[in-house]
Amino acid sequence: MSGTTTTQRMPSYLEYKGRFKGLAGWLLSTDHKRIALLYLYSQITFFLAGVVMGIFMKIELMAPGQQIMGPATYNALFTVHGLTMIFLFIIPGLAASFGNFFLPIMIGAKDVAFPKLNLFSWYLFMGGAIIVLIGIFTGDGPPDTGWTFYAPYSLKTNTNVVLTVFGAFVLGFSSVLTGLNFIVTIHQMRAPGMGFFRMPLFIWAMYGTSWIQLLATPVVGITFIMVIFDRVMGIGFFDPAKGGDPILFQHLFWIYSHPAVYIMILPAMGAITEIITTFSNRVVFGYKAIAMSSLAIAFVGYLVWGHHMFTSGMSDTARLVFSLLTFLVAIPSAIKVFNWSATMYKGSIDLQPPFWWAMAFLFVFMIGGLTGLVLGSVATDVHVHDTMFVVAHFHYIVFGGAGLAFFAALHYWFPKMWGKMYNKKVANIGLLILFIGFNTLYFPMFILGIMGMPRRYYDYLPEFATPNLISTVGSWILALGLIIVIVNLLRAKKAPPEIIDNPWNGRTLEWKIQSPPTLENFEEIPVIDHGPYDLIKE
Amino acid sequence: MEEHKTHISSYGNHLFVLLCLITLTTITVAITSVQLGAFNTTAAMIIASTKAAIVLLYFMHLKFDEKIFRFMVTLVLAIYVVVIVITFFDYLYR
Ligand code: HEM
Ligand SMILES: [Cu+2]
Repeated sequence: MSGTTTTQRMPSYLEYKGRFKGLAGWLLSTDHKRIALLYLYSQITFFLAGVVMGIFMKIELMAPGQQIMGPATYNALFTVHGLTMIFLFIIPGLAASFGNFFLPIMIGAKDVAFPKLNLFSWYLFMGGAIIVLIGIFTGDGPPDTGWTFYAPYSLKTNTNVVLTVFGAFVLGFSSVLTGLNFIVTIHQMRAPGMGFFRMPLFIWAMYGTSWIQLLATPVVGITFIMVIFDRVMGIGFFDPAKGGDPILFQHLFWIYSHPAVYIMILPAMGAITEIITTFSNRVVFGYKAIAMSSLAIAFVGYLVWGHHMFTSGMSDTARLVFSLLTFLVAIPSAIKVFNWSATMYKGSIDLQPPFWWAMAFLFVFMIGGLTGLVLGSVATDVHVHDTMFVVAHFHYIVFGGAGLAFFAALHYWFPKMWGKMYNKKVANIGLLILFIGFNTLYFPMFILGIMGMPRRYYDYLPEFATPNLISTVGSWILALGLIIVIVNLLRAKKAPPEIIDNPWNGRTLEWKIQSPPTLENFEEIPVIDHGPYDLIKE
Repeated sequence: MEEHKTHISSYGNHLFVLLCLITLTTITVAITSVQLGAFNTTAAMIIASTKAAIVLLYFMHLKFDEKIFRFMVTLVLAIYVVVIVITFFDYLYR
């Protein structure tokens, strides 16, 4: 199977000596793989910071009454937790890290179309992150608006909104440029013979994602600038006293932020498709349907933002229209789930850790998706809007969906990226603990929400005590699982290299080159004469 | 891949486009002193869209480039229109 093992091995991208040495060799490298790792390390760092904040919040919510922090601190904490997790971890998500690493390789290219722009995007990302950090630690304290910055409160609060919002604005540029780069790469850099319908499905997902990044992000950028103008110059876009409209903020914010959900989840679905196909040892079921559903999700995703605003005071007609449109998104998502199941059906399934991660993803993603229907129909949403039900739902989707897929992808591509293998047994145990912790942490929140516990409060009535306690214990189990998983990967990274070019019998291009890849990925650009998942005897 | 057809427009052409843009800008400013009521906004929007179209077609070479780019831009504009229309389901019926 593995093509290059017998031939002479070249220095990998990790060993390669370029113009700069040491740290500069990373910080100034335009190699898409090194940039991918820069993203990966920064994202995981932000993720862990967010987890710590989450755990502190859960400690506060362990029992009724004040435990370790007062209301102001709690407000700041959920805002910064949300900002960090959304803008610094999951929006760059799988696209910036695994997309950067594998998009060029999977289409048989040596790099992305604009390598320097790619590096610049990472600097924008870090620049934006640093501005957000400065915003949090200076001035009149961290913002307490929630990650959504809703007007009119974001115009009135004395906390440091302007700087934080400006940081998010800069982060947006990073996203736009990455999207642009990937679109051009996919159009221009495919290896000879690789038509659009011979691209791996991860690439199709990346293609849809990139378009959303390019088209939706400017909307939120402008919205953030409008908030800054309102605060600094008192223009009044969102101030009714001056003829503005606070609901306009919600429209503009969600015109971006709903499609942004697909920036998070589409690459995740793409990675899951690759994993399920590889470990089922079958040709993917419904290639075209999955490819097209990625584009359909990207498109329909633009039309449904109003489901976040059912209680905002917008018109009844709009509520009806948005509710209807929202149910349409279920179709392409369901297409994917059914095709994944059909791919596994009668496959000879190889139960490796990445596959277990993919299954964990499927399970929680289904719960997240189905509870989304409750929020998508106006009649039920008004009861659970702004309760813990919503918090449970989006953690199931964003953490359980995109977050678990991130780790699934990490376990799947780890041997390719570092040329080493982790301890599979420990990986499975870590996942199991994490999975139990995850559901213990978030499932009670569904119940709390239906009981009527509102979100974004540091305290609650005594009748909510038991589920909250269970949920807090869940957060500790989750943390334990996470530590096991990460320590396991770090230990594997320190181990001596092995020769594992294709440990999973993968069929896409990245498995046909050496692990870790060389600087230019392919010594010779491959010529493609078959579909991405065809089972070919070598 | 295939060799690219490069189109090089003449200076005269560029100058003409520039003049059009300046004229339209002048009209935008001038029209504010005419009382048209709600149509002031309409006029400003139409002029601005015309200017954007001219920039896209000539300065950004959409007119001379491969068809796929025109297709992409059309699609993007279509999404934009749809988003505006849906937003007005709120504003018109509130
Ligand atoms: C150990 C992991 C985590 C824990 C313990 C945790 C816990 C929490 C808690 C307690 C809240 C506040 C609920 C409230 O009072 O309204 C919250 C909010 C939130 N979390 Fe997490 N979370 C975790 C991971 C994540 C991840 C991975 C993401 C996204 C990728 C995420 C995104 C958010 C967002 C967007 C909010 C809403 C913030 C707001 O209300 O403005 N969380 N989380
Ligand atoms: Cu949404």
